[in-house]
Amino acid sequence: MLRYIGNRLILAIPTVLIVTILVFLMLQFIPGDPAEIFLGENRSTPELLAKVRTDMGLDRPLYVQYTSYMWNVLQGDFGRSLNNNRQVSTEILNRLPSTIQLTFAALAIAIVLGFSLGIISALKHNTWIDSLAMFVALLGVSMPVFWLSLLLIFLFSVRLNWLPAIGQGGIQRLIMPAFALGMLSASTLARLVRSSMLDVLNQDYIRTARAKGLIGRTVVIRHALRNALIPAVTVLGLQFGQLLSGAVITETIFSRLGIGKLYVDAILNKDFTTVQGITLIIAVSYVLINLIVDVSYAVIDPRVSYE
Amino acid sequence: MSNVVGMQPDTNVAPASRPPRQRSLWADSLGRLTKNPGALVGAACLTLLVLAAILAPYLTSADPYVVAPRERLKPPGAEYWFGTDTFGRDIFTRVVYGSRISLQVGIISVGIALVVGVTLGLIAGYNGGFIDGLVMRMIDVMLAFPGILLALVIIAVLGPSLINVMIAVGLSSVPIYARVTRASVLEVRNRDFVLAAVVSGSRADRIMLRHILPNILGSIVVVATLGVAGAIISGAALSFLGLGAKSPTPEWGLMLTDGRNFLRQAWWISTFPGLAIMFTVLSINLLGDGLRDAFDPRMKK
Repeated sequence: MLRYIGNRLILAIPTVLIVTILVFLMLQFIPGDPAEIFLGENRSTPELLAKVRTDMGLDRPLYVQYTSYMWNVLQGDFGRSLNNNRQVSTEILNRLPSTIQLTFAALAIAIVLGFSLGIISALKHNTWIDSLAMFVALLGVSMPVFWLSLLLIFLFSVRLNWLPAIGQGGIQRLIMPAFALGMLSASTLARLVRSSMLDVLNQDYIRTARAKGLIGRTVVIRHALRNALIPAVTVLGLQFGQLLSGAVITETIFSRLGIGKLYVDAILNKDFTTVQGITLIIAVSYVLINLIVDVSYAVIDPRVSYE
Repeated sequence: MSNVVGMQPDTNVAPASRPPRQRSLWADSLGRLTKNPGALVGAACLTLLVLAAILAPYLTSADPYVVAPRERLKPPGAEYWFGTDTFGRDIFTRVVYGSRISLQVGIISVGIALVVGVTLGLIAGYNGGFIDGLVMRMIDVMLAFPGILLALVIIAVLGPSLINVMIAVGLSSVPIYARVTRASVLEVRNRDFVLAAVVSGSRADRIMLRHILPNILGSIVVVATLGVAGAIISGAALSFLGLGAKSPTPEWGLMLTDGRNFLRQAWWISTFPGLAIMFTVLSINLLGDGLRDAFDPRMKK
């Protein structure tokens, strides 16, 4: 067990390392260089450009730039924005709570909705309830987040006037974006939970449990669900990543000041230091989340070998 | 999960004298596919869509680009089936022409992903060992960027444009194809027909392309079909964010953005391109789900 966790950790280290190198090298691949972007095209003279390059440390060899960048990152310093010269880390920290709130709300919706739809349609296998639930799930998979968001705004803000269309703060402004963001994951989960529940419900030990005279609910919750849960847990990490990247779209539509909106604005404004910082944070935390999911998978399912 | 593929040699290899009613995998799967109503509906809708894309100039006489200020914000009716947008352009025409762009984005992105991903998967699965480890580490690095984040990073570097959207969406889905291909290669790698080809002295590239690839094509086709739907959504999403197609291109995602601020006065600007995306993606998903069921060996029982 410990050895398995150790192995997974050891595999994650080179991944994180290469991710940091690639994200760092991003600045080398962009047309122009950060100093030019920082100064803007019209105001730069060659002398000024050279001075800014020296100030930014761009005249140093690449490996020196990389190590100093990483050294600063480890201390929480992601450099300064090329647009407004503010600390990237401060900007990110300001925006982080909004995104975390949205992502977790969406995850909660996805789990509740996905599991209920999946369980219900598995229990009512081959009935109209099953077909309806699976059709809803298919719609959810086929509905782009931005389109669902606009539909929700149209229905609940424009027509019914129940919820504020944009902005953040308060549960009222969280419901629509969280639902729009969570729907895709809910649908994916529903399909997965349904098929693994169906697999499990046909197993001998379920028949045994029923034969013992246990009531249906106990069988479903204690015997079937626990085993059907395992495949669902493995995709939760993946879903979390999906939600993080989906937040980019939802935040833009609902004008929420989160990381996602900051990211899109940074790309549009060529603010590469900000792009770099956010990319790095998301990628590294995603690797860690998947590591945790993999390990918890091994903990939940005793059949997984730790080789 | 499916990527945990057993490496033991296949002990279930059928004896040389097979029952005569044995049909090929493809004929078998196709037979099952035609019995799946969902897949048939999906295929029919998709055919309609492709026809609409090809025959766009015959379906509508209007020009998707021509601006008519006097005709702006007309609601759907006999003259303008889907209404007009803020520039007085006919939305029906723009939606029809938009199908060309979205299908292009879907197919070209998946094409890029297929070429790169399948090649990597074949090389990794066939060679094993160090090369396999190297390729898989590379894939791990790409998988560190969740969802469309990798596409966003690529666009950040290449700059926003429709072509770059296709490249970005294509490259960002390489890991799926590489993994599926590798897993399938590992399944057939030690089968007799591959070993026979090795023993008879075939070159590695020939074995991979002529012997292994045709046998694993089924699972790749399934993933690629569903991949087209995903690529269309991602492409439209990137254009929606302003990172893809530029105005006045009749791209569905971009048209949705245009209508965003007019939801109150002119719901139709966003509604029809949105319905078009959903219709397209739903048809492809129906077909893809059908293909998956048809190719899934567990369904054979």
